[in-house]
Amino acid sequence: MERDDTQRTSLVDQLYYTTGRVLVSLLVPVITFLVMWRGFIFLRDGDAPQFVTAAVAIIWGVGGVAILFLLSNWLVEQMPQAWTDTLRPFVFVGPATAILSWYLLIPTIRTLYLSFLSAQSENFVGLQNYIFAFTNPDMLNSFRNNLLWLVIGTGLSVGFGLLVAVLADRSKFETVAKSLIFLPYAISFVGAGVIWRFIYFYKPPGRPQIGLLNAIITAFGVEPQAWLTIQPWNNLLLIAIMVWLQTGYAMVLLSAALKGVPDELLEAGRIDGANEVQVFFRIIIPYIQGTIVTVSTTIIIFSLKIFDIVFVMTNGNFGTEVIASRFYKQMFKFQHFGRGGAIAIILLVAVIPVMWYNLRQFGEQEAF
Amino acid sequence: MRRQKLISDLLVNGALLLLCILWTVPTFGLLVSSFRPRDEVSSSGWWTVVQDPAELTFSNYRQVLLGKDVTFVNAEGEEIEASGDNLSRAFLNSLTVTVPATVIPILIAAFAAYGFAWMKFPGRRPLFITVVALLVVPLQIALIPILRDYTRLDLNGTFLAIWLAHTGFGLPLATYLLYNYISGLPRDILESAFIDGASPFTIFIRLILPLSVPALASFAIFQFLWVWNDLLVALVFIGSKPEVAVMTQQLQEMVGSRGQDWHLLTAGAFITMILPLVVFFSLQRFFVRGLLAGSVKG
Repeated sequence: MERDDTQRTSLVDQLYYTTGRVLVSLLVPVITFLVMWRGFIFLRDGDAPQFVTAAVAIIWGVGGVAILFLLSNWLVEQMPQAWTDTLRPFVFVGPATAILSWYLLIPTIRTLYLSFLSAQSENFVGLQNYIFAFTNPDMLNSFRNNLLWLVIGTGLSVGFGLLVAVLADRSKFETVAKSLIFLPYAISFVGAGVIWRFIYFYKPPGRPQIGLLNAIITAFGVEPQAWLTIQPWNNLLLIAIMVWLQTGYAMVLLSAALKGVPDELLEAGRIDGANEVQVFFRIIIPYIQGTIVTVSTTIIIFSLKIFDIVFVMTNGNFGTEVIASRFYKQMFKFQHFGRGGAIAIILLVAVIPVMWYNLRQFGEQEAF
Repeated sequence: MRRQKLISDLLVNGALLLLCILWTVPTFGLLVSSFRPRDEVSSSGWWTVVQDPAELTFSNYRQVLLGKDVTFVNAEGEEIEASGDNLSRAFLNSLTVTVPATVIPILIAAFAAYGFAWMKFPGRRPLFITVVALLVVPLQIALIPILRDYTRLDLNGTFLAIWLAHTGFGLPLATYLLYNYISGLPRDILESAFIDGASPFTIFIRLILPLSVPALASFAIFQFLWVWNDLLVALVFIGSKPEVAVMTQQLQEMVGSRGQDWHLLTAGAFITMILPLVVFFSLQRFFVRGLLAGSVKG
């Protein structure tokens, strides 16, 4: 329609119109950019009261992204129809693709490259960083610990999750109980760290113990212990925190799966003479197997990347290092980017098969 | 028969009660301790509050929140001055980081999900597969390269830097989940809108976004919790700039510098937990739905 209108106007008018259109198309982005830039400078260098800065930042950040989408779409729609049709999909998927390339895709390649270079990335050292990662005693220790996290942490989280789900299913207090078990899931690792440091807190014998665990054992006449320094058992005390945080997650998924087991199936089993234990292991478990796998793989990935709990509780001392905390130390404490990069790549390689399995399993279930 | 039922009921509820107590006591102990005066926290267990519910106080919270110096008299009658920790500033910083870091990835992911689900363009399939494949990349991989870029761009310690980082790390899952949802929307609704001559952009704003609210909400809750509770990304990209430090950093610092001051640590920890717990209890329905849809960060 627009094109018909312009054809009817004179050549001068058309020229005028086109120039105007091009000018506006240039001016609008420039003005938007200037406004956004002013906002950025204000946020970075301004010394307004914090409330003002916070409010401006939130509006600037959220509004800025919305405006960028509006603007790019408007620009594309100003173009000739054929261009619009070609370019429009990239208005939609372009920003996501660009950010993902910048933040995940290219960094993976760059980190892989770093892992073959020396500490300060000056010269090529071949596989030396990987050899270090697989021979250094601290690293081997962290692999062993991560294996503990993976096996015991995942096992207990899924086990307790299943136990609570089954018990709650038969109780009148289902909702309350599930809420209470699920609650720690919302707590940060740092917060959980404070909570559990307090529980494991140690005071020399003879003084009143304010840490719950030592108070309990001294009540039975046992000497108080500095729990977090007892190797290798301190790892289990850290894993307990993960179990405390993750059981709720396992419970929610397993509970939903339990509710999906058809009653007729259970009844049929009972009529055939199976007792409750047999019904559980022969009917319920096989029926919810898919969910158990999804839950387990998800928690396995979580346990492979565990960092914050160790960082807050012991900072990796007393033989509690894990892969991610070794990575952090190499990168940011020793500034050895080669070794840090190699550890990060090892982490990636460890996650890939589990995630692949998880996605495949998840794809078979229905989302939402 | 009835007796057997009673016994099994008792067993089930007893075991459940035991587990609930086990899971709640740690948080409860923290909450109680945060209201006890300094001297009591350090000299007796929080459970003794039952025998002697004498004095519960807000002074710990005042000290952690306002960052003002607090004077008090200790057991020997000496006056002691202690400096506070400015957690209220960190609270605002956390909010400033978290809100955009939640909204931005969702907006970008929703646009992308719609593009991938309903538009035809060359390279669509390989591009989408790449996005999903990026789910496996642990964010550790990206820290050093991004940190170097930020240093070059002079972005370290700015809000923009940390928003973009959280956006990048949250995008694969957000796009994947929203794609699952948006591609499942009924085709005829969209087609009739196209016939009416609406542009894809209008359809997205007027139709897709409102229809996707359940999926958007459940992902929003998760992204909110991740960003709010995150320590690693904040440590790396905010670093040691106290003006922009977020709650988790501040609390982590307190653990280092005031490891024995349990009256302050407990109050501080509880402040960091308040907002997530409110979100958790008020939006539990969406939360559970999100979990069932697979909202678990890779």
